[in-house]
Amino acid sequence: MLVLGISGSLRRDSHNTALLRAAARLLPRDAELVEFDQLRGLPAFDEDDEAAPAPTVHTLRDALASADAVLIATPEYNSSIPGTLKNALDWASRPRCGAALRDKPAAVIGASTSIFGAVWAQAETRKVLRASGARVLERELPVARATTAFTAGGRLVDRDLEAELRRLLTDLLALVAARDQLPAAA
Amino acid sequence: MTATQTIALPLGTYTVDTLHSYAGFSVKHTVVATFRGEFTDIDATLICTDDGIRLEGSVPVGSISIDDQDLRGHLLSPEFFDVVRAPEIHFVSSDIRVDEAGAVALDGELTIKGTTRAVQARGALTGPIVDSYEREKIGLELEATVDRTTYGLNWNMPLPKGGVAVANDVKLTLSLGLLREEA
Repeated sequence: MLVLGISGSLRRDSHNTALLRAAARLLPRDAELVEFDQLRGLPAFDEDDEAAPAPTVHTLRDALASADAVLIATPEYNSSIPGTLKNALDWASRPRCGAALRDKPAAVIGASTSIFGAVWAQAETRKVLRASGARVLERELPVARATTAFTAGGRLVDRDLEAELRRLLTDLLALVAARDQLPAAA
Repeated sequence: MTATQTIALPLGTYTVDTLHSYAGFSVKHTVVATFRGEFTDIDATLICTDDGIRLEGSVPVGSISIDDQDLRGHLLSPEFFDVVRAPEIHFVSSDIRVDEAGAVALDGELTIKGTTRAVQARGALTGPIVDSYEREKIGLELEATVDRTTYGLNWNMPLPKGGVAVANDVKLTLSLGLLREEA
């Protein structure tokens, strides 16, 4: 089973990329997380370019299409979703019919250096994913005080939080398994 | 000033021992978690006369110490303390009652962000003792709860899954070491 991981942060030492990698370690043996690392190269969404978008847009859509599920780790800027991530989701949601996000099992996690753990950005990312037709887990994972949240080896310091992340991944994979038995999202 | 004193406290003026004092606050955030911070620069004087005890003190808002610089900036902004217009938090007692066991009940006025409101605190007075430098020293612990919004610290945000980001009630904790000045 293939999970596409998207970190909403472009920063080299991103806490959210670290969170994605912490999640990758917790997946069962029959599942693998592959990171999509070309967020920076996506052009701003423009309906005029929908018919012939830039190659990076095709790369994003192809990566989503080939994945069984998507796991997004989002930072939070001004209590909301980063523009680069929203831009990628806008490209992935179009055209509406046959969009790469359509019916895609999805989960959102997020880390921030504040005491709140990107809860608003996670909620808004889930909203965008739902609007795009994805099948989105309600469960989330706010990782607060991200500067001290990870061990040198890349695990979450808080073992309860790590267990919560494992449960979220289990639910995401269960969503993949259940998807084929459910009617397509309206 | 009115005061009731039953504990044997030598008359005089007591000034704060900053090395052994603490002025902190705690508030619930995301409904169940607790955020804590402190003000590191404390000025306080306790005066004990035949008429009773009077406590007065202040902290510069800019001495707020928390381990999140972004949040520190937010707390200093007009959405919270507004440090530029209101750089100091001030307290003065109006009535301090100390029973024979050292339990303290205190009434006073607390000024935050330019707003002065009555506040009640409870705590304990310990000592006096004579410390290693032959100084008479007392300890005063106080705790009070205030509604931050009554001082104009109004920022909040609804959480996506219910509740609000920060509670209104803030617990204030004061732990003072006070040294009696030479007569």
